[in-house]
Amino acid sequence: MSKARIDARFAALKAEGRAAFVAYVMAGDPDAATAAKILAGLPAAGADLIELGFPFSDPMAEGPPIQRAAQRALKNGMTLQGTLDLARGFRAGDVTTPLILMGYMNLIVTCGIEAFARDAADAGVDGVIVVDCPPEEAGPLADALDAAQVSLIRLATPTSDDLRLKTIVRRTSGFVYYVSVAGVTGVKEADAAEVAPHVARVRAASGLPVAVGFGIKTPERAAAIARVADAVVVGSALVDEIAEAVEMNEDVTQRVLSKVSSLAKAVRSARVGQTTV
Amino acid sequence: MNAPSNPSPVRPNDYSAYPDANGRFGDYGGQYVPETLMPLVHDLDAAYSAAKADEGFQAELAGFLTHYVGRPSPLYFAERLTAHYGGAKIYLKREELNHTGSHKINNCMGQILLARRMGKTRIIAETGAGQHGVATATVCARFGLPCVVYMGAVDVERQKPNVFRMNLLGAEVRPVTSGSATLKDAMNEALRDWVTNVHDTYYLIGSAAGMHPYPVMVRDFQAIIGREAREQILEAEGRLPDAVVACVGGGSNAIGLFHPFLNDAEVKIFGVEAAGEGLDTGRHAAAINGGRPGVLHGNMTYLLQDREGQIEEAHSISAGLDYPGIGPEHAWLHDVGRATYLSATDTESLEAYSLLAKLEGILPAIESAHALARLPEITKEVGKDGIVVLNLSGRGDKDVAAVAAHLGMEI
Repeated sequence: MSKARIDARFAALKAEGRAAFVAYVMAGDPDAATAAKILAGLPAAGADLIELGFPFSDPMAEGPPIQRAAQRALKNGMTLQGTLDLARGFRAGDVTTPLILMGYMNLIVTCGIEAFARDAADAGVDGVIVVDCPPEEAGPLADALDAAQVSLIRLATPTSDDLRLKTIVRRTSGFVYYVSVAGVTGVKEADAAEVAPHVARVRAASGLPVAVGFGIKTPERAAAIARVADAVVVGSALVDEIAEAVEMNEDVTQRVLSKVSSLAKAVRSARVGQTTV
Repeated sequence: MNAPSNPSPVRPNDYSAYPDANGRFGDYGGQYVPETLMPLVHDLDAAYSAAKADEGFQAELAGFLTHYVGRPSPLYFAERLTAHYGGAKIYLKREELNHTGSHKINNCMGQILLARRMGKTRIIAETGAGQHGVATATVCARFGLPCVVYMGAVDVERQKPNVFRMNLLGAEVRPVTSGSATLKDAMNEALRDWVTNVHDTYYLIGSAAGMHPYPVMVRDFQAIIGREAREQILEAEGRLPDAVVACVGGGSNAIGLFHPFLNDAEVKIFGVEAAGEGLDTGRHAAAINGGRPGVLHGNMTYLLQDREGQIEEAHSISAGLDYPGIGPEHAWLHDVGRATYLSATDTESLEAYSLLAKLEGILPAIESAHALARLPEITKEVGKDGIVVLNLSGRGDKDVAAVAAHLGMEI
């Protein structure tokens, strides 16, 4: 049922001839109530899929923006169960937008892998990305998510050669997340011309849509990536808006959603007048 | 892998045959790293396996350990300390006499030769007390490689002499302010650097922790401590010791001493964790005595963490033991019951530090003083005819300012 939601969304976008815009936000950033409002507003602002981070104290693959987002969320008491509550709340108001959880292994191990998979499915989560759980360690998690019909979404990276890609795409579904730069989130900038052949390679190896993320901050960059990928993920640039809005005492929800709108608009218009990929 | 909540360990016939092909010591270890790093850790694993089997590599390493590091380190009979406790004979394995003043150089020498063999041109490392940072900066200077050392901002403050030493050796020390600004955060930053600079950079981990193959590689490079100690005690006493003792943070000096004794059933093995202000205060760094299994920095092991799985800050007077985890082989040795993990508080360690200075004329690193602090119980348990070998993993000059501060003195 949940895998179906991701597949249906990508099928519909393919028919429209455009890439998806994927918005990443951190659960509980800056607090649970505001995060719920942001989540609820994301689809109307133009997010085709949503990645919801669950905060971890030691996010080793994140750059400073998402590290700080996790710290804000943890400081305000966000937990994995709290993240699932947010997901459940979102799903009550939106039955079509795929929702992907993204985070680190220790919270899942602590929760219990099978319990986590069941709870995620119950909360209306469609897919899970675990940053520090490569295929070598993912067997039990993949089994549990399969049983719960939740997609395990894998990461492919600039260091993934063809042989490695075969390992990565085994037991993945929904889409593959291509990490466009070797590095942490939100630091280096992704280059569409460099990314394009890798996206094609990952698409060929997996037979799945390819989302590109890490290092996409501006509408221009998002549009450029949207011309070569099936989905464009923006995270750090959105959580930076949250940080600034909090600091300036502005309306956080409005500010994030307006950034989402401008990015989504850029992604939606990227291929106008172009033959579809 | 589910965290093993009710370990029902099977005692193996051969303790030295681990890790398995997946880098596991029982349930512990593994490779929980971001995908970008997976090809790199696979490369490292292959390169290390090849080097390990290469006599040329081993001969080159042995040459540097003899002529540059100053091995073998002595095994010294601590006569006055023995008389003081009135129990078993105490021998100290004098790793503090190595070049740079601790056991850390054993591993750094091995890994720098491996990095050169792999054609890497830039070295990064994390450090807590600064001992591993100094050892890394030293071998980088010796081989002319640029070196960046990540160090928690809190540790930079309490280990200033070592920061200065690293700078003198040509290394760049980058203070880390994220998280709790101590060793775990320095390790996060080093991993972030590695994932960003995948083509030229070698990450020289100093502890027998992190993702496979680091725990086994660091152990192998440190196992020279135990191999020498075994030979030396046989020569001095004609028999194996009744107990071996070492302090444990990540656990590299401990596993180095323990490993060659794992299959000697008559040798008791004691690791000593840092109990900080006391295990019951919650302000400690004792992952086994006060934590439970989880995943951090690439491996499954015992961790200090809250109910949710958020990593908790470690607390110890010793920057080198101030880490919320422990190497996966120790986690396994604990579960299977081959080693016993005790703990010592800040105060007990300070007392042991002063005692060794007064009785033997040796200033121990405050890390090593944690192991010394459990000698009253261990020498008593082993008894008067017994023999205990303790790893004096580092020298204590770096700690005099911190010790003075705790004693309420100004220097």
